[in-house]
Amino acid sequence: MADTPSLATSLNPATPTDTVARAELSEIDASAKWPVIVFLLSGLAWLLIGTGFALISSIKLHTPDFLGDYEWLTFGRVRTAHLNSVVYGWSTNVAFAVAFWLMARLSRARLRHGGLLIIAACFWNLGVTIGIIGILAGDSTSIEWLEIPPYATPLLFVAYALVGVWAVITFRFRKSEHIYVSQWYLLAALFWFPWLYSVAQIMLIFEPARGTVQALVNWWFAHNVLGLWFTPIGLAAAYYFIPKVLGKPIHSYYLSILGFWSLAIFYNWAGVHHLIGGPVPAWVISAGIAASLMMVIPVVVTAINHHLTMVGSFSALRYSPTLRFVVFGAVNYTLVSLIGSTMAIRGVNETTHFTHFTVAHAHQGMYAFFTMVMFGSVYYILPRLLLKEWPSATLIRTHFWATAIGVTLYWVGLSIGGWIQGTEMNNASIPFIEVVQHTIPYLFMRSVSGIVITIGHVAFAVNLVWMLCARRPAGVTAPTLFHSAPVLSTPSIR
Amino acid sequence: MNRGPLIFLGIFFALAFSWTGVVLTNQIQYGSLTPFYDQGEGKTYPEKRSGLAERGRLVYQDLGCLYCHSQQVRRPGFGADTERGWGDRQSVARDYVYDKRVYLGTMRTGPDLRNIGARQPSADWHYLHLFDPRLTSPGSIMAPFGFLFEYRQILGERSPKGLKLPGDYAKLRGLDRAGYELVPTPRAEALVAYLLSLKDTYEFPEAKPYVPRKTGGAR
Repeated sequence: MADTPSLATSLNPATPTDTVARAELSEIDASAKWPVIVFLLSGLAWLLIGTGFALISSIKLHTPDFLGDYEWLTFGRVRTAHLNSVVYGWSTNVAFAVAFWLMARLSRARLRHGGLLIIAACFWNLGVTIGIIGILAGDSTSIEWLEIPPYATPLLFVAYALVGVWAVITFRFRKSEHIYVSQWYLLAALFWFPWLYSVAQIMLIFEPARGTVQALVNWWFAHNVLGLWFTPIGLAAAYYFIPKVLGKPIHSYYLSILGFWSLAIFYNWAGVHHLIGGPVPAWVISAGIAASLMMVIPVVVTAINHHLTMVGSFSALRYSPTLRFVVFGAVNYTLVSLIGSTMAIRGVNETTHFTHFTVAHAHQGMYAFFTMVMFGSVYYILPRLLLKEWPSATLIRTHFWATAIGVTLYWVGLSIGGWIQGTEMNNASIPFIEVVQHTIPYLFMRSVSGIVITIGHVAFAVNLVWMLCARRPAGVTAPTLFHSAPVLSTPSIR
Repeated sequence: MNRGPLIFLGIFFALAFSWTGVVLTNQIQYGSLTPFYDQGEGKTYPEKRSGLAERGRLVYQDLGCLYCHSQQVRRPGFGADTERGWGDRQSVARDYVYDKRVYLGTMRTGPDLRNIGARQPSADWHYLHLFDPRLTSPGSIMAPFGFLFEYRQILGERSPKGLKLPGDYAKLRGLDRAGYELVPTPRAEALVAYLLSLKDTYEFPEAKPYVPRKTGGAR
């Protein structure tokens, strides 16, 4: 499609193909520049806001009188504001940014009419802002993952529709014959989310279903936001950046197909495992457990593919910030998914359900996997859009270690605390208040890990804003690496 | 595999599969579940909530209580819900047919509340507990809801709903001025009415207390 000559070929027909390809890529990057930057900066702002809410709610759980007189900051609201600002503010914005750039690059198609995407970004962020203010003011719907009040959701839906349609149009203008697995994940995610979101809005808020059918719709939606929206975007990025940075092909193309389809079929039934033991039909719970266990297939397949691509290239982790973040995320994807399948087994769920174990699990998924992969992607994408390098390797290093150590401390500590809580809660001879008391040290530890993660976020924000403000240097620049690489056998390393 | 439309069809049917199975089938299966008519008593169960309790449900919703409190009792033998006295029987779908929004919850930072109206029927206890959870439950990490109460001058008669704070606590918090009283706002009254309405004490035919089979011996 679209045979408009690139600038390089129109100047000199004899330009070498390599130069043509590079010129084409930089034209694609230029077309994606502003929409991606707008999504990214809004995401960054929400990340910082969401981190603030996170710290407040974490402290409140072990020191309940902290800011206890402010109704708008009561735990039930500030915790919800945290979830919505990091899920719909940070994660979705950065997912849009990364998805668009990947889609344009992989389709080798310029992003057309990027201005419309900027309008979509404004709508989306306006929707999230109104939603968060609404939650703090007491208009939350108290439906997990769907708390944004109904007066803000139509804005979100319109924005999402614009974004999704635009990605499909970019895909339709693709020049590449081959459709890479990342594109499948992106297309699927962009199609699945609006379906999930509209069904959930209608059946829970605008025309609510009766009784516990609501709970089934709720968890069908909420778990699929993770499984069919964030996971595919995270995997698309991992499938792209690991081979890209290493300069070698993915381990097995066949496995990537198997991984995609098994994820598509099994993941969307898995959400019912949040209702094990609850007042819903037993058959649907059993089906949900079966699907959760079947998730082992796509997870192991994807793990083999990602990790075997890394085999023999581990030294690159020393140099490349992108690779380090993305591989950390990919390893955590494998771990969190296997733990998740285990948690769906009735005997295990009996203990972990209703405890901080689930909270730890959610953060390992949304943060240690998804967010870390997104950080890595941003480190790769932004220099190509701005034609500048990251100003400080030290800040990148701080960002990596603070977030990696912070989130590991978070999920390991809270998993232990949650397991103890679950075991004690199932032993009726231990008074409930003692169960609560025994979780406090772990809740305290969570606040500490939250502070460590915050340091990482501040380093990231400072580096990013510094980079935006810095003047573009003249001439060729070298990428910002952790250490100067000895031999650049892989020219795209960054 | 490079065919866009084929990939799209696969993507479509993948989600259609679970949408049909999890959402649609259950909506058809029990989406029009009705209350149970007890011929002996001439009444239907579950009972509808009063208007005040229904307003209280909205307070429960806007304060986000469900993030720490579940509203579902698991069957005996699965967890220790009934042993802890959170209910005499497991919750069943029919318990929720009048709940405009279902707050099953997924977290028990605090105890289950599905039968809190039966377990703790004293409104005075709930007012004290909401005002400062440490008053009634030392060691609790529940958020205080002082903003649901009003410290005001007594005009005429003392309110019967006024909180009876322990003397030293009132002194410590400066809530012991003569001629003043601490009273629940209408929102606190509605919330407590809602909490007191939470009790699934009626035994539906499908909710007979489940007695786990004795383990051991030949099965």
